Amino acid sequence: MQGYIIVRLFQAIFTLWILSVIVFASVHLTGDPAAYLLGPETTNETYEQLKINLGLDKPLPVQYWNFLKDVLRGDFGTSVFHGSSARDVLLSRLPATLQLAGAAFALSMLVGIPLGILSAVKRDSIFDSAGKLFAVIGIAAPSFWVAIMLIMLFGAILGWLPTHGRGSMGHFILPTFVLAWGGMAGYVRLARSSMLEVLDSEYVKFARIKGLPERMVIWKHTLRNAAIPLLTFAGLTLAGLMNGSIAVEVIFAWPGVGRLMLQGITTRDFPIVQATVLAAGAFYIFTALLVDILYAYTNPRIRYD
Amino acid sequence: MTTATPALGASRLRQLRKLAKEHRLPWLSIVIMGIMLICAVFAPLLAPHDPTEVSLLDSRLPPGEDWSYPMGTDTLGRDMLSRLIFGAQTAAKISLLALAVGTLVGTLVGLVSGYKGGIIDAILMRAADVALGFPTILVALIVVVILGAGIESIVLAMVVTIWARFARMIRGDVLAVKEQDFVTLAKIAGVSTPVIILRHIFPNTVNTLMVVASILVGQVILLEASLSFLGLGLEPGAAAWGIMVAEGRSVILKLWWLSLLPGLAITILVLALNFFGDWLRDTLDPKLRRI
Repeated sequence: MQGYIIVRLFQAIFTLWILSVIVFASVHLTGDPAAYLLGPETTNETYEQLKINLGLDKPLPVQYWNFLKDVLRGDFGTSVFHGSSARDVLLSRLPATLQLAGAAFALSMLVGIPLGILSAVKRDSIFDSAGKLFAVIGIAAPSFWVAIMLIMLFGAILGWLPTHGRGSMGHFILPTFVLAWGGMAGYVRLARSSMLEVLDSEYVKFARIKGLPERMVIWKHTLRNAAIPLLTFAGLTLAGLMNGSIAVEVIFAWPGVGRLMLQGITTRDFPIVQATVLAAGAFYIFTALLVDILYAYTNPRIRYD
Repeated sequence: MTTATPALGASRLRQLRKLAKEHRLPWLSIVIMGIMLICAVFAPLLAPHDPTEVSLLDSRLPPGEDWSYPMGTDTLGRDMLSRLIFGAQTAAKISLLALAVGTLVGTLVGLVSGYKGGIIDAILMRAADVALGFPTILVALIVVVILGAGIESIVLAMVVTIWARFARMIRGDVLAVKEQDFVTLAKIAGVSTPVIILRHIFPNTVNTLMVVASILVGQVILLEASLSFLGLGLEPGAAAWGIMVAEGRSVILKLWWLSLLPGLAITILVLALNFFGDWLRDTLDPKLRRI
């Protein structure tokens, strides 16, 4: 168990290191940062001077080492577009993204798991069909399109909900739902299939033969054992949240990190790209690590070599 | 040796036909996939108009109003039906290319990694771990930063994230197969390693290959659409479903069909692909249920 955690931890750090190399390389491969910072009208002297100031005259490994030191200190450089340090811009956008992602994460579990359980317990009923339909569409429909359709329906035609920006609780409803639907769908399917699997097991049959009331069978004997695979799915939903959050933030004009990242890429604002990509990567890698450790902890039958 | 391969192919065909008879075929999925494929292959013949032809006099026609534009026109008067048909071609081109390259790379890595073992296996599988350690969209964005927006970037981004899934699954199959007697016998008979891998081991991984590919193809199409929507894929104005949804976004209240129709096309195609993928998995390899 401890060995596994240590191996997994090193693996996560290694992945993060690779990401830092790729981010460093992407900035240095796509052009000359000095020329980019100065713009087209500049003299050769200022250009050479800036190169020395930025350390661009040094060999690449030295440059990478300096980059790594800066990043570890939280210094990603100054954003050209925002005129302030990329770290401060990132930190100012972080709360909005964390709130939205947290809300979507919670919603996907709180709706998806009960719906999946209901589907399994009332198998082949109308609940089951509705749950399955909800799940398959949630997985197949692109979130950016769902967002636009919901804005049209609830924001414009019915006029029930705000469609842009962040402020009241009402602003959360549409973006949270759009972001959560894919994850919810996954939870419905997984909760259903793992409930069905456990319901079919010998010990549940025995509990029923023993004459336990159905409620006890489901709550005490089935649910606990069906919960294990749901835990690992949390990691997967997180990936889904990241995939969806950029489009959702753009469409709902949500002032978060995803929109910042996209804007950094389209305006080639490298400090912003570095800060957002490294932050998102680190967050993802360490959450995946946490999920794996939790999984190994809750399910001693599974061991990795 | 020479007769072994055709016999194997024929038996696989018979196996598939038997499975299709036992398990009800997902006809609706197959029909939808077939229609989309026909649209993709014969787009220039089927489309009534040029998908990029601007005709301002005919702009903003709703579906059904003018029968030379059965699905209406957009703000520039381009025919929606033709753009949807060519959109199927774009989706098919990009996703099949990405899937083909990803499958090829992943299968080769999986075969070599599983068969050779040792240090090669360790290195290749750590690389796969790293590739699986990043969310797809992040990989795509980094590739776009390096190469700029375009088809090559989308395909490369998808290959980077796809190959590792194949490599992992195929490697698992190889580990089980390579211990079997027929591989040992081939080794004793002096068959060279590449021939053993391709002739004797690879055919036993084809089921896994098909299942993983069929499960991934829907995700690949969604990713392509998302990137196009965000403006990181094809050039603006190209006939891609993601771009069409983006173009309709600002006028969604008046010209509702602009975003609705391409999004519906994506959803229906991905639904069909997912249903088919689930069916293939259940029939060919029920133990893969959890992916």
